[in-house]
Amino acid sequence: MVLRLKPVDVVLVGGGLTAAIVGKELAEAGQRVVALERGQMRQTVPDFQSPTMHDELKYDVRYSIAQDVSVQTLTFRNFPGQQALPMRQLGSFLPGEGVGGGAVHWNGQTWRFQPEWFRLRSWVNERYGEDFIAPDVTIQDWDLTYEELEPHYTFFEQVMGIGGLPFEEGDEGNPFEGPRSQPYPNPPMKTAQSGYLFAQAAQQLGYHPFPVPSANMTRHYTNPFGAELKPCMYCGFCERFGCEHYAKASPQVNILPAALANSNFELRTRAYVRRIEWDAGSRTATGVTYADAQGREVFQPANMVVLCAFGHHNPFLMLKSGIGTAYDPETRRGTIGRNYTYQTMTGVSVFYDGQKRINPFMGAGALGTAIDDFNNGSLDHSGLGFIGGGYVSANQTNGRPIKYHPVPDGTPRWGAGWKEAVRRHYNSTVNIGFHGSSIPHPNNYLGLDGNYTDAFGDPLGMMTFDFPHNDRVMARYVTEKVAEIARAMGGSEISVGHLSDHYSIAPYQTTHNTGGTIMGADPETSAVNRYLQSWDLHNLWVMGASVFPQNAGYNPTGTVGALAYWAVDAMKNQYLDNPRPLV
Amino acid sequence: MTKGLSRRDLFKTAGVAGIAAVVPPALGQQPEILAPPEANDAPAHQPDNLAAADVLFFFNDEEARFIEAVVERLIPADPRWPGAAEAGVLYYIDHQLASAYGAGGRMYLRGPWVPDAAPEQGYQLRFSPAELYRIGIEEARAQIRDTTGSEFWDLTPAAMDSALKDLETGRTQLPSLPAAVFFETLLANTIEGFFGDPAYGGNRDMVGWRMVGFPGAYAAYLEEVDIYNLEYLREPVGMANQQARLEHIHDHH
Repeated sequence: MVLRLKPVDVVLVGGGLTAAIVGKELAEAGQRVVALERGQMRQTVPDFQSPTMHDELKYDVRYSIAQDVSVQTLTFRNFPGQQALPMRQLGSFLPGEGVGGGAVHWNGQTWRFQPEWFRLRSWVNERYGEDFIAPDVTIQDWDLTYEELEPHYTFFEQVMGIGGLPFEEGDEGNPFEGPRSQPYPNPPMKTAQSGYLFAQAAQQLGYHPFPVPSANMTRHYTNPFGAELKPCMYCGFCERFGCEHYAKASPQVNILPAALANSNFELRTRAYVRRIEWDAGSRTATGVTYADAQGREVFQPANMVVLCAFGHHNPFLMLKSGIGTAYDPETRRGTIGRNYTYQTMTGVSVFYDGQKRINPFMGAGALGTAIDDFNNGSLDHSGLGFIGGGYVSANQTNGRPIKYHPVPDGTPRWGAGWKEAVRRHYNSTVNIGFHGSSIPHPNNYLGLDGNYTDAFGDPLGMMTFDFPHNDRVMARYVTEKVAEIARAMGGSEISVGHLSDHYSIAPYQTTHNTGGTIMGADPETSAVNRYLQSWDLHNLWVMGASVFPQNAGYNPTGTVGALAYWAVDAMKNQYLDNPRPLV
Repeated sequence: MTKGLSRRDLFKTAGVAGIAAVVPPALGQQPEILAPPEANDAPAHQPDNLAAADVLFFFNDEEARFIEAVVERLIPADPRWPGAAEAGVLYYIDHQLASAYGAGGRMYLRGPWVPDAAPEQGYQLRFSPAELYRIGIEEARAQIRDTTGSEFWDLTPAAMDSALKDLETGRTQLPSLPAAVFFETLLANTIEGFFGDPAYGGNRDMVGWRMVGFPGAYAAYLEEVDIYNLEYLREPVGMANQQARLEHIHDHH
């Protein structure tokens, strides 16, 4: 028995960052909007308060504000033909659950993608020739340029209160960034000693260090919606935690208060969306079906459906609803699930062995010093055997000792030798990370798994992924460059963490799961058009990183936010008065 | 300076092999071994006021004896810093296993089960952490008795380390689960217990935090973060420290 509700104009799947953006804007455009969030309401007060928020075990080790995989998870395998098995506990990535989604426990590193990323296929062909990349490197153009997105990057930075140093102000900004119409709304974060040591060595080697752009506030700030934020305290409990200080930009601080002030907007929690309903005749979505808190099946009719769930949940939802053509790795045809990508992360540690006091517990999610000299648009790839790249940074986000206790290579894993090494190196080590791009491969995709079901009896999503050859070569090249910088930093020794042989679902790497409902110019090779509108159902829209045709060497949130404002602009100015395919 | 018998003294006296003597008795029984406190003294453990921190909810006495001996080899005492046993890691692990974590809360535990999965696919056993420990302890103890003729806790430290290495590398085969999975879980939980907030029963007297210089749960470093090589000497504070809580609230509101 399905409970059928009164229709609304717009239903949003999710209650995180993109739902807040789209919900507020469409409610103000006169639409009656309902956002369906599977988790609970969460607010700075009373949910994120000290001291209980400063609990490394609960939030960092047990992931208590991330997705509950006992209800729904996905299955994973490295390659087609291997049996996919369930991700039985969180590890590699941490999707959010509850109001604010992952933008509650994110770090706040807020980048713009270089212009080259948006027309990567064309750029590579023009610059290096059509034979430069192997046929299994399925990079695509976004059918959207950096110049078109730039005003939306700017507005998103203002909404979130991003602090940074634009290149125009001097030589200490990022010279490899695309042109910007406005400076960052706030000054950059302070520089910790870890970042200073990295910057000195990088500069000496001819690179261009600058402060990581940050959504941790660097001063009192009021955003365009009147939301008031306070300065970051550098408490070191940022990623995987909610911010107690109103200092980390998040949906419930920056956007939702303005949305909830509008009676057109409703945020409905404990609503677990299971299916998008659609009509084959009119080729339109008719609403969504969800399980409510009592477990009832509820149908929410709507004129327009916007998917605002986390990265891979959007393609899984489309597959479960039978919308579009599922991608098939054998024929390489089909669009839903195509070009799943991730991020290619390596790192190098510099051990000062008591010669420096780094105080790693003084940290913030986006406290760091970066160089962008190895990103895609900064590199000449001739003779390197790969495309892509990424930024390199010395971040100081936390010194929470359950997870953070760096020791040099060759240290025993336990016992007296391990304990002594932990004591010795905890406060005197600097870590440099490489944040590499992820290039699509025909074998890396998202599908459904008929062998396993979630708590509602629906099939689990299935992820097939391994690091493609291109990214292994890229990671090797850049990691060796990072090791050169690390050696120039004056420590007593370094440890180099190269990319592992195969991608594993177990150790945390990053929550940058991208692709699966990618945007593009061709309905044969993309799931949504340049406005993030489904090619199959024109009143279905997809927000979030699942629309990236490939993942750039940056954290995705800046681009996710900018794309949401780009899409909502198209909805308001081109679509609502005359609903139709915009391309 | 505490003049009464501290917990650290107890361990020095009893040693790892005698650890069963300090596993707290069931609720309501009077422990016999703690000396009465002297006047004006404030011992950490009042005999007639046992806190939950000193109660075992999950392990039986033999399991506790095994775990206490194992964690003390994983993080042994040294002349300056206590090891995992004195830090209360046994109690930490016990309380975790008696909680939602032990029951497999927030884990996906539906079949079908494929025990010979690729390591890249992560944990694929059908056991909750509590089941993993119960079975792992039973089978590891039996295996060690078979090969050495004695219980783990009666071995020399070198023989204990050798037995643990065999579990870690999988040289020891256990009937119901891969020994390495049990070992890695135990190692991870031991590190959690040594470095986690003392409110969870481990990291007693904040020894893990003192050892590395981590200041704990109350944290605001806006004024210090860009003072390089600062020697930060503040006493660490855990979540349960009410004084720090009040000061913190005063500072930030």
